Amino acid sequence: MGKITGFKEIERQDETYTSVIDRVKNYKEFTVPLKDKEITKQGSRCMDCGIPFCHSGCPLGNLIPDFNHMVHQGEWQKASWILHSTNNFPEFTGRLCPAPCEQACVLGIIEDPVSIENIEKNIVERAFKEGWIKPQPPKSRTNKTIAVIGSGPAGLAAAQQLNRAGHTVTVFERDDEVGGLLRYGIPNFKMEKGIIDRRIEILKAEGIIFKTNTNVGVNYAVEDLKIFDSLVLCGGSTKTRSLPIQGIDADGVVQAMDFLTQQTKVLFGKEVKDQIMATDKDVIVIGGGDTGSDCIGTSNRHGAKSVVNFEIMPKPPGHRSASTPWPFWPLKLKTSSSHKEGVERNWLINTKEFIKDKEGKLIALKTINVQWEVIPGKRPELIEIAGTEKTWPCDLALLALGFTGPESNLADKLGIDKDGRSNYKATYGKYQTNIPNIFTAGDMRRGQSLIVWAISEGREAARQVDIYLMGKSELPSKDISGDLIAM
Amino acid sequence: MEKQGLYLPEFEHENCGAGFICNLNGEKTNQIIHDALEILVKLEHRGGVSADGKTGDGAGLLIDIPHDYFKRVCDFSIPNQREYAVGMVFLPKVSNQYYFCKTIFEKELKIQGLTVLGWREVPVDSCQLGEIALASEPNIEQLFIGKTDKIDEATFKAKLYAARKIAEHTIRKSKISESNYFYIPSLSITTIIYKGIIMPEDIGPYYKDLQEIDLVTRLALVHQRFSTNTMPTWELAQPFRHMCQNGEINTLRGNVSRMRVREEIMKSDIFGPQIDKLFPIILPGKSDSASMDMVVELLTHTGRSLPEIMMMMIPEAWEKHKTMSKERKAFYEYNGCIMEPWDGPASVPFTDGDYIGALLDRNGLRPSRYTVTKSGKLIMSSEIGVVDVAPEDVKEHGRLEPGKMFLVDMNEGRIIEDEEIKSKIVSERTYQEWLDKTRLHLKDVPYTSETCPIESIDVKTRQRLFNYTFEDIQEVITPMALVGKEALGSMGTDTPLAVLSDRPQLISNYFKQLFAQVTNPPLDGIREEIVTDISLNLGKDRNIFSITERQCRKLRIQNPVISNADLEKIRSIDIESFKAETIQILYTKSKGLNGLEDALDNIVIQVEKALEKKNNIIILSDRGISQELAPIPALLACSFVNHQLNRLRKRSYFDIIIESAEPREPHHFATLFGYGASAVNPYMVNEIIRMQVKEGFITGMDEQKAVDNFNTAIGKGILKVMNKIGISTLHSYRGSQIFEIVGFNSQFVEKYFPYTASRIEGVGLYEIEKEIDQRYKQAYPDNKINKNLSLNIGGDYRWRRNGERHLFNPTTVSKLQQAVRLSDQDSYDVYANAINEQAESLMTIRGLFEFDNLDPIPLEEVEDWTEIVKRFKTGAMSYGSISREAHENLAIAMNRIGGKSNSGEGGEDRKRFQKDINGDSRNSAIKQVASGRFGVTSHYLTNAKEIQIKMAQGAKPGEGGQLPGYKVLPWIADARNSTPFVGLISPPPHHDIYSIEDLAQLIFDLKNANREARINVKLVSEVGVGTIAAGVAKAKADVVLISGYDGGTGASPLTSLKHAGLPWELGLAEAQQTLVMNSLRSRIVVECDGQLKTGRDVAIAALLGAEEFGFATAPLVASGCIMMRKCHLNTCPVGIATQDKELRKNFKGTPEHVINFFFYVAEELRKIMAQLGYRTLAEMVGQTHKINSNKAIKHYKAKGLDLSSILHRPTAYKSMILKNTEEQDHNLENVLDFTILKDSHRALYRKEKMNLAYPIKNTNRTVGAIISNEISKIYGHLGLPEDTLNINFTGSAGQSFGAFGSFGLTFTLEGNTNDYLGKGLSGAKLIIKKPVKADFLAENNIIVGNVCLFGAVNGQAYINGIAGERFAVRNSGATAVVEGVGDHCCEYMTGGKVIVLGKTGRNFAAGMSGGIAYVYDPENKFSNGLCNTETIEFEYISEEDAAELKTIIEKHVLYTESKKGATLLADWTTSLDNFVKVMPTEYKRALERIATEEPMFEELIKA
Repeated sequence: MGKITGFKEIERQDETYTSVIDRVKNYKEFTVPLKDKEITKQGSRCMDCGIPFCHSGCPLGNLIPDFNHMVHQGEWQKASWILHSTNNFPEFTGRLCPAPCEQACVLGIIEDPVSIENIEKNIVERAFKEGWIKPQPPKSRTNKTIAVIGSGPAGLAAAQQLNRAGHTVTVFERDDEVGGLLRYGIPNFKMEKGIIDRRIEILKAEGIIFKTNTNVGVNYAVEDLKIFDSLVLCGGSTKTRSLPIQGIDADGVVQAMDFLTQQTKVLFGKEVKDQIMATDKDVIVIGGGDTGSDCIGTSNRHGAKSVVNFEIMPKPPGHRSASTPWPFWPLKLKTSSSHKEGVERNWLINTKEFIKDKEGKLIALKTINVQWEVIPGKRPELIEIAGTEKTWPCDLALLALGFTGPESNLADKLGIDKDGRSNYKATYGKYQTNIPNIFTAGDMRRGQSLIVWAISEGREAARQVDIYLMGKSELPSKDISGDLIAM
Repeated sequence: MEKQGLYLPEFEHENCGAGFICNLNGEKTNQIIHDALEILVKLEHRGGVSADGKTGDGAGLLIDIPHDYFKRVCDFSIPNQREYAVGMVFLPKVSNQYYFCKTIFEKELKIQGLTVLGWREVPVDSCQLGEIALASEPNIEQLFIGKTDKIDEATFKAKLYAARKIAEHTIRKSKISESNYFYIPSLSITTIIYKGIIMPEDIGPYYKDLQEIDLVTRLALVHQRFSTNTMPTWELAQPFRHMCQNGEINTLRGNVSRMRVREEIMKSDIFGPQIDKLFPIILPGKSDSASMDMVVELLTHTGRSLPEIMMMMIPEAWEKHKTMSKERKAFYEYNGCIMEPWDGPASVPFTDGDYIGALLDRNGLRPSRYTVTKSGKLIMSSEIGVVDVAPEDVKEHGRLEPGKMFLVDMNEGRIIEDEEIKSKIVSERTYQEWLDKTRLHLKDVPYTSETCPIESIDVKTRQRLFNYTFEDIQEVITPMALVGKEALGSMGTDTPLAVLSDRPQLISNYFKQLFAQVTNPPLDGIREEIVTDISLNLGKDRNIFSITERQCRKLRIQNPVISNADLEKIRSIDIESFKAETIQILYTKSKGLNGLEDALDNIVIQVEKALEKKNNIIILSDRGISQELAPIPALLACSFVNHQLNRLRKRSYFDIIIESAEPREPHHFATLFGYGASAVNPYMVNEIIRMQVKEGFITGMDEQKAVDNFNTAIGKGILKVMNKIGISTLHSYRGSQIFEIVGFNSQFVEKYFPYTASRIEGVGLYEIEKEIDQRYKQAYPDNKINKNLSLNIGGDYRWRRNGERHLFNPTTVSKLQQAVRLSDQDSYDVYANAINEQAESLMTIRGLFEFDNLDPIPLEEVEDWTEIVKRFKTGAMSYGSISREAHENLAIAMNRIGGKSNSGEGGEDRKRFQKDINGDSRNSAIKQVASGRFGVTSHYLTNAKEIQIKMAQGAKPGEGGQLPGYKVLPWIADARNSTPFVGLISPPPHHDIYSIEDLAQLIFDLKNANREARINVKLVSEVGVGTIAAGVAKAKADVVLISGYDGGTGASPLTSLKHAGLPWELGLAEAQQTLVMNSLRSRIVVECDGQLKTGRDVAIAALLGAEEFGFATAPLVASGCIMMRKCHLNTCPVGIATQDKELRKNFKGTPEHVINFFFYVAEELRKIMAQLGYRTLAEMVGQTHKINSNKAIKHYKAKGLDLSSILHRPTAYKSMILKNTEEQDHNLENVLDFTILKDSHRALYRKEKMNLAYPIKNTNRTVGAIISNEISKIYGHLGLPEDTLNINFTGSAGQSFGAFGSFGLTFTLEGNTNDYLGKGLSGAKLIIKKPVKADFLAENNIIVGNVCLFGAVNGQAYINGIAGERFAVRNSGATAVVEGVGDHCCEYMTGGKVIVLGKTGRNFAAGMSGGIAYVYDPENKFSNGLCNTETIEFEYISEEDAAELKTIIEKHVLYTESKKGATLLADWTTSLDNFVKVMPTEYKRALERIATEEPMFEELIKA
């Protein structure tokens, strides 16, 4: 707790962005950090609640009031210890997390919540700057070996925790660089990739082995994994959802992930054949989520002629509605920095057909307006509104419709059970699959979700692996009974 | 009654009426006996009656041995007076046991060389006895004993004493079934005692001797008992052999244990080697008065006179006395080395036949009034007016003053004043010289060059080992080091008991502090600091029989929380008679339990060895821990050494200092002192504080200052813990073990913590060792994973994921709010399941229960939720502590569903008494009467359905509260009848309840103030609450509320939140069992509260005996509270616990939310009822067989618990009444007010001026309250115009004369009154004047009792004489003139005017924050030391002031014909110069602020 009346006196101050005109010219991060003094003040807005709902709302169980207090006191290093005690990679979550903590922040009941995420980012950046983040190789080795498949946030977190427990960890990554979706799925303007590299250096120095371009089950036989005492599968939820309508095969209908990945690769001088460009095109992004928003930002940077966004759900209210009460995740309109860079957003709109020309090139989209009929106890029903058909000229349609689940290749080859939603099956909190020495964590287990959940699962799975191998574990764990139960 | 279930007989209490009467001319008369019996009858209302309506709690009298009478009635010859002794002997009924006892006693007398002259059967009329008394009536005989040899009187007395003690012990040990019948009320050569469990009016008829006209005496000591239990016994009736008592000895447990220690080294010429046979001096299981009497008796054989003994046992508060003579202080200081004070509210009449006198406790907490007549009679009693004395016969009216003694030398036939007798006693020996020569002060011990030991392992590891968390450092230690005070918390505690916690606990956490409620008052150690002291003496004790300078060869420590440097001084002390040895309290970790056990035994051996080497200070130290050597819990080691060395009879030879890393909270220190430590050095805390300063978390001071601050904070904290149980000095607290253990098994307790209650079993040494092992695992993790956090984060005071579990956590709070806001049953189910299903994570005692004996019925047959919620109440939260919005929201909700909301302490805006236009009512059905009496007027009480007397509150039982001035906004001040911006103090005690009969009086007062309202007494669960509840039932409360310790929404010191009081399960069950056993249950409704959250909680409470249920936290959460736990900071972000205008706008709760909550709770309850087979809640009450406590518990700590005592059913439980079935008989029909009501019809209903006149007696109590109630009903708070109903009374008025008197009443009393004159005065005018016929000087005589005008809100009082202690305490608006006052006048006053024309006592204006006082002080005594200037300043009297002062004094003269007043007016200019104006600083500032900040009143007008 900083100041008892801090929340009454100080207003929330967020990072600002450089102007749209400037920022769309490049792919750099465009946030303008607050001054240290201002961050300290922001820390004092924390009310040191008797029940810090933020701490419960955070899937990692970040000790938010405690690091806020240290920030207010100017004790940055202690803040960093506290932060790192629950979070391996605050630099990722500090930039990319949708911050359920802030939605659960008690101050949020009456005014803008504490800018927890930004404080988090500042702590970790300060820590890197001061050189407080150093490799912490284990003091002794257990001679147990572990393979972590997938180097996204779940895999990295699991790897670091297991390595700290003294196990020898090898991380397999099928792509050419470590990071999973963080690496190529997240546009550079949201997180510059040096942020990942900086952390990977630490991990390497701690003794973690990384094998890139190694796609287990494809160019690396699963049988070869037998040399490991245990496996942790963190392959993510990467199967994209498609739109099975007429014209889907049109040239110019592209999965958002492909579009984004290519752009990021290009930025790093990787060879990309026939990069999909939005330059001077009428771009329509289908899907109103974060990926859709990333596509909008990227399209604008490409210099699209126009950018339009479709969302099949109704436009959410501008503020939290009564049906999603605090401290739960609110259903409300989110306007990202990319949205502000220029887009026409449409809600309650369903794409009926991709219209292509003779060459098979996409030229337009046909849509119809819809409404949802809600009958209590039944699944809401989609009803098309007759006479609202419309055709939209379009050169490039980006499908940002989310992911349907993990790829099944590994499961098939390793003989791992899956659940009804095609996720790899393991109980939350246990992470153990039907094969005792194989564990799974992150989106691969829970389906598409947040980075913060991936880190959390990776950490917790690591502890379970440690217990499996050693009979007990000194690795930290969050008390899952503290998770804020969903609405 | 025997120990059973949760009931423990040692927690019975008694309070009483007491007095004596004697003839100063030494004439023996039969009239004295008559008068004495009359006193008893007139004090009847101070005593208690059992359920049979005829058995009294005990009454008796002590008189001179009626020599001539005995000569006439004995059929054997008796020698001359004083040449023989008479024993009054109670004997068994069964004939062989009867003879057995007689034989034993005779045998012992013969061994002593005494002769048995003969036995005389005492003629009694058993028809006078009640059922209960008859069942235990002994054979009563008198034994006459003569001397064989020529021995002096002292030897004769000693032999009698020895024979009696030894016979008692022999018979007690003989195991005959009626051994408890054998009792010798008196065995003396001068006095004899007639007593029994008889109603006062029956004692004469029962003992036929007392009706004989030739039975004569010079003196009589009388006593009328009120005990909290109703199975009174014959032997506990008073008087005892040398004394009787009105009050309670709070320090008893400590005194008794110290007496056990003293026996080790007692030697006496007079008893010789047989002295060992006299032990124990204090028979176990007797009352406080009986125990004290046994010590007084022993001391009479040590060569000390009776008055000296009384001074030694009940010393004045000399430590901070500014004007006491040096010699007297030396006497007390010297005797303090021998005996700790027997402390508590006590008026103790005593006699040895030659002297008769009385002594009052240091704080003057019991009334003791006396009258001397011209015809030579002296009457002293708890009340005035108990013997009719014609006004013209009165020579003097006086009162016993705090710590003062009053003595009559029967042989000289004169009164010896306090000053004379004490001067004589203190000059008998050269105490000052002895002290100067032998006493050693810590400051005089030279510092050493030795530095404190250096620890070999790093500080973080050690901190983990001793269970330190970030929270401890940040929230507990740092605040104390910063400001020298303990931090506050709010919203109770909802973490598991230590025994249910998964986290390793320090063993102190298993101990719960006991506190005073009802039968004895807690103290206000802040405002009444003059009576407190925390200094201690260390060193070897000496034989109590010897009176030499060696007795005070002790080391005196001012604050026994000592720094490292001080400890080093003592460790290496090199001064004659002092030698210290350090003994490590560590054990070999690898040896586990055995290692720990052996180490403890070994410590004792080491102590013994150290004693052989003449060491007399033993330092038990846990320094030097390592991975191999683990610390033994300091409290365990301390208590074991304390008790084991006593068992070995060596405890007197040394004192204990604890050097430990463990203690960090006041509670930890309190337990250490409570189990025998004499000083504590918390070295780890010192280290932490120094680090916090270095790291910049503590700024603005150097390290030493921060450490000193911490030590001061602990000192204050300990004082608070002591004050809670009403103990003033650490000297008396040390070793007193005033705790209850929750969760230790009895074997463990017996060995290491004997004499402490532990009623539900639990862990032992094995689990304690396991907990240490857990700490080791944390401290030394197996592998070397780098931890970012060096310590656990904590989570005791605020929820944290990996911290301690809390019942209210993110899930339960959010789901409850979701449920009530969206009317969502599913969410409620998630909430209720999370609370109820504690199988996995045990948190509460009720969580361990399962329902049993199911007998399902269809849900439809169960009564509707609308019926059930009528039994629901919301908690007492004052308007002021919570916002108007939140407060009214609860009231509206409860009124809509027919439940009850509670005003809390702090009055209520009277606009709320009327209904709203829409039909809603914001009127709180329950109006609280708490110790501050804020806003308690006749009108307020008139608008209640229930009136609750808050004796204690769960969050901080035994403590008061404070609303700081900045929170007393105009609208709050208005509701509380106080001045805006002037701070308000709720004292720890109700100043009109220092004992059970006082509570009975307040109940009577309130019942008079509103006859329709139920009177509810709120108690907090602790061991012994059952007997208190029984007392409360006998005091005629309609409802008794048992609160859990964990509830409470108010701000409270952290220590109190967690460590004082017990869960309601224990208290409720104990209350139910005790009430049922005593056949009192039918008369009273039992209510329960404390963290009630779900229907299951209610079901358990009902089955354990509750029929009404209170909820506070949960309805607040339903209204939007998110458990910030910052209620004390005015920053509640959701507008509940705040007065901040902006924040209050955030309040989003609605009555519907609250109603939804209660609906869900009731529906959940209905389902349980259907399962159990109950159609109505009433059927469920007390049906404990529906609860099973044998649930298989896997938890390693909790599995040792045995909850069967909670479910214990006294024999014949089934056939007994288990719930409330009848109404209390309040005996209102004889109240004088009804007569007045009949006569005053025209005044009341037609507002015509009327004059009436009545005689009045001390048995006419609370005169005026009923009339005022009637006036309030008709005319509201404004009452009638001044002087509408004028009544003249003559005589001695009973207690509470004019209580709650409303506007329009003018009472003129010619005579005098007892305590509580004008309590809660609400506008009336009270005139008390000396009878015209009396010729004593009014200004020198006492005319009204103690605690007058307590909580007066408005009105006038003119008092033509002196008042007792605490005049105008918490006055908030009345104007009073009085001609002299006792101690603590104007304490906590917040408004009004008090004019004192004569002397004042000490501590005037303590805690006074408002109002003005004028004191006539011609000798400048008042301004030089009698006034407590902490909150006030002396101010110049302006012309305006002077004019007003003069007008008031003129009125005083006009109304009372005061001579003093007239004299002052006669020379007004001179008189004016001698007046001192007392102006509270805060009041002055507030008045200025009010004058300049008009806009603040906006809100008030709007409301």
